[in-house]
Amino acid sequence: MRHPDLSKFVEPDRVRKEVYTDAEIFEREMERIHETAWIYCGHESQVPKTGDYYTVQIGRQPMIMVRGKNGKVNVLYNRCPHRGNMLCGDRKGNTGGQFRCSYHAWTFQLDGKLKNIPMKAAYEGTRYGKDNPDCSVKKAARVQNYRGFVFASLAADGPTLKEFLGKSIVAFDDMCDRAPEGEVEVVPNCFRVIQHSNWKLFLENQLDALHPSVVHQSTGRAAHEVEKVLAKKAKGGAAPLSYHMLSAFATVTIDKWDDFQTINYPYGHCILTGYMGLRPQDPDTLAYDKVMIKAYGRKRFEEIVGVNIHHVLVYPGLSVQSPLQQLRAVRPLGVDRTLTEIWHFRLKGAPEAIYRRSLAYYNLVNSPATLINADDLENFWKCHQGLASDGGDWVSLARHHGRDIERNGGVESGPKMGTSEAPMRNQMKAWAQYMGAR
Amino acid sequence: MKQLEIQHGVEQFLYRQAEFLDSKQWQKWVDLFAPEGIYWMPPDASYQTWDGQPSIFAEDKNLMTVRMLRVLHPDAWSQRPLWETNHIVSNVSLKKISKNGDVEVHSRFHMMELRRDDVRHFAGSYFHVLKKSRQGYRIKLQRVDMTNAQAAYDYVLQVWV
Repeated sequence: MRHPDLSKFVEPDRVRKEVYTDAEIFEREMERIHETAWIYCGHESQVPKTGDYYTVQIGRQPMIMVRGKNGKVNVLYNRCPHRGNMLCGDRKGNTGGQFRCSYHAWTFQLDGKLKNIPMKAAYEGTRYGKDNPDCSVKKAARVQNYRGFVFASLAADGPTLKEFLGKSIVAFDDMCDRAPEGEVEVVPNCFRVIQHSNWKLFLENQLDALHPSVVHQSTGRAAHEVEKVLAKKAKGGAAPLSYHMLSAFATVTIDKWDDFQTINYPYGHCILTGYMGLRPQDPDTLAYDKVMIKAYGRKRFEEIVGVNIHHVLVYPGLSVQSPLQQLRAVRPLGVDRTLTEIWHFRLKGAPEAIYRRSLAYYNLVNSPATLINADDLENFWKCHQGLASDGGDWVSLARHHGRDIERNGGVESGPKMGTSEAPMRNQMKAWAQYMGAR
Repeated sequence: MKQLEIQHGVEQFLYRQAEFLDSKQWQKWVDLFAPEGIYWMPPDASYQTWDGQPSIFAEDKNLMTVRMLRVLHPDAWSQRPLWETNHIVSNVSLKKISKNGDVEVHSRFHMMELRRDDVRHFAGSYFHVLKKSRQGYRIKLQRVDMTNAQAAYDYVLQVWV
């Protein structure tokens, strides 16, 4: 397919299958979407000390997130300007006070600026030397940090991070505000899982409220069985909350998912409201409430814990579950291969029990032995296989189409229409805008 | 008891637990655990305890039961078709023998998995804390350090290794 006219690929209620399977369209997506938009690099607590770094993929570009000498977090291309060697071969580490290329020992400051070239007299009279910016490591065009979450954009022009995030900024506010100290820090382990499908299938699935009771029934039922036994043994008490988090996939029956609501915003972002009851009245929660009221006062506390969010999707690469302090960053590796990096955060100043509660979710739902995502990954693969076939040309996004409501700068799914495919339509709308398809 | 006999008994026990996994006799496998037993797969070899840490697996018998019931449910989509596994357990080395017969033992495993037409390999070490009981050994802790624990998981693990 040579330079397809993409305006014919996206209609308000359906999308051509090639959008998910065509390798040339994928290359164009990387160039126009991932290498343009604000992409999440990592949390500043991943690199606490000078010289600490993490490598991260933005679109097709290998990047380094590094803590500079002035405390600032820099995002650089992982490439020596001399002969193109990658500067960091490890996924993470500490590079000391400088980067030193493993090929010809050019050295660079932590902000990428050239420090030294061995026997540099050899460059006298050439265009190369300290004053030539081409001799420094290229930086991401723009880097911004919001409450510790570091984003980079590889495009010099475009909306600021805050303009880009718009209402989806609540993901980070909700997460940080739930900490008595107003900050979170990363739990030092990242789970990484590869899915054999296009990256968009992951993002569409995150806010697909129809799928959980179909896809996750098996785990929901199994957890519910054990939960009942444990509750009985506890004599009037309850099984640990982690069982409830899993059993909800079965006990919230398919029709009840319509009670949720999605609110869709510019740039493809979306919020799924409604939560499965993370404000129980057990002693752990009450102890946490006490610490929070002390830190914020009762009025502000009620506002904070009253935020009713299940999931926030920051298109094109981030899915945040703020009430559980977890996020998944989506890194496309190829048209049919996608890496997700899953992180868990600790609420600074919150009691240990609150951390452990979301840790149980992190282990059961987001680890590589996940009882939940495994079945999603299976569907993503099956979906990609089907889409790559000639069994049909279109993907339907028509559920409750025509019944979305425009309000306060967002597009809401209609009342009792939480399973609307409004988020997918909204994502495809943003996709078409990025891709210049309309 | 002589060390050789203990060594033999422990080896037979480790082979049996692997055999239960490969033959999908999961209830029998869960029954090998002591009531307070834990199956733990840390995401990094430096981790000292399963408690309060991110883990690939950190399961007591209740969670093991959830996992077993889920895999057996007809709508566990990712488990249809089920896969086949083959464990080899070796390098069995006793680390501690207590007077009451409890032992701590280190071993290594290699597991080949076949799913549809794809083969994957998982390898690493086991660390078992075994309690001596009338019925034989019971597992207080099965720690599984996967050599590829930090690698990106191509697909995921669904049953214990």
